[in-house]
Amino acid sequence: MTDLAVEPDPAGRGVTSTASRGTRILGAATIVSMAVLLLYAFGITSPDAQLGESIRIMYVHVPTISLTYLLMVLNAACGVFYLRRRSEFADLLGHAAGELAVLFLGFSIVSGALWGRITWGAYWVWDARLTTTAVLFLLYVGYLAVRAVQAEPQVRGTRSAIVGIAAALLIPIVHKSVDWWSSLHQQRTLFGTLDPEIGGTQLFTLLFSFVAFGFLAAWLLVHRFRVAWLAERMAERELEFAIAERRSEAQS
Amino acid sequence: MSSSVRGIGGEALLIAGKDLRLEARSRVAANHVLPFVLAVVLLFGFALDPDSGILRRATPGLFWVTVLFAAVLLVQRNFAIERQNGVSDALRLSGLRPAGIFLGKVLSLVVQLLVVELLMAGCAVVFYDVRLRGPLLLLATTATATLAIASAGAVYGPLASGLQVRDTALPLLLVPVLAPVLLCATRAFQIALGEIAGGGWPWAGMLGIVAALYLTLGVVVWGPLMEET
Repeated sequence: MTDLAVEPDPAGRGVTSTASRGTRILGAATIVSMAVLLLYAFGITSPDAQLGESIRIMYVHVPTISLTYLLMVLNAACGVFYLRRRSEFADLLGHAAGELAVLFLGFSIVSGALWGRITWGAYWVWDARLTTTAVLFLLYVGYLAVRAVQAEPQVRGTRSAIVGIAAALLIPIVHKSVDWWSSLHQQRTLFGTLDPEIGGTQLFTLLFSFVAFGFLAAWLLVHRFRVAWLAERMAERELEFAIAERRSEAQS
Repeated sequence: MSSSVRGIGGEALLIAGKDLRLEARSRVAANHVLPFVLAVVLLFGFALDPDSGILRRATPGLFWVTVLFAAVLLVQRNFAIERQNGVSDALRLSGLRPAGIFLGKVLSLVVQLLVVELLMAGCAVVFYDVRLRGPLLLLATTATATLAIASAGAVYGPLASGLQVRDTALPLLLVPVLAPVLLCATRAFQIALGEIAGGGWPWAGMLGIVAALYLTLGVVVWGPLMEET
């Protein structure tokens, strides 16, 4: 059993929860850090001189898009590992990462659209990065569609690994699109330069948002992995029951 | 090494020849896909006022959108016939290298797409009153974009053909993947035809990078794809 897998119930009642001591600590850390982030984002930091109140959206938008890229890279890495080793662990972890990437990218697109309404006067503009990010979203929706099709675990794993790797190839295009195409999108504020354009409590809040959303992503990732792992065990048991049933029918 | 490359090239030609002979005999591409392209060309004419000049200005985008739709049909057709009569199993047992088979599929798709593009170019001149300028850039863009579309199609085609929902899955998987190709090829065509100012060659270069990415991906993953699907 892997470190991420579900702990069996000591009382022998089978698996009753996807939680463990580690995930409970992670969950508590997520709740506390999210509360601190809310306090800083809406209470302590002041509006930005240029962006005004809309800078508060950045405390959701920037970490979610960054974590999306990270989850997509994890998904592709799991895909490569799966194709080399046929590891169920990599397959299910990749699935969990892909699903969370779609969730976080959804958050990021919605928060970006809200920011765009304030800054550009429209929820959506046909800007290069927005468009390619929407394309990336569709690519991972396609990944989830491939995962959802009923198939043998190995076949499903191979197909989804290839789709995940191909989708990840587009990440550099999306990331560099601001430089390659003339773009309306806000230039990268934090990592685009060695001298960040924001500072003080704003910079602290932005950096802390990575911690809070990072905890959230890790917590959701572990639970999603465990649910997928349990679903696989359940499918195996159903198959075993079905075979046993057929055998008993043949013998009687 | 060089004999291995020659071998893969020979295998690719063998597979491409087989696919193109199948198409020449069945005439599905000629009887279904080319008339579909013609229908789309006419529909764009009805949808966009041909007298206002919009149609001519929009031609680069319309050209590549139509090619993309045709590519989905061609890829679907190309891999659907592999599923019949155990052709995919026969290919797996043939001893041909997966990379050779993949490159053969790409080559056959490139030839079929070039026929579609030739028809589209003729339609653009006749129906949309487009004057072809910047021939070198147009040719380079067409070559690299076609290679990119065919490479991505040859990766996603067998993947989708194995799914129970193959008819709806392929467009969902392939169209977003080809969005960067559409964007770059459209921009390069706009520059070549003089619709917008700027340098068109970086766009053609970008298409080359995308084509190289998908070609490499296909060569690497075609083996596992054949085994499992």
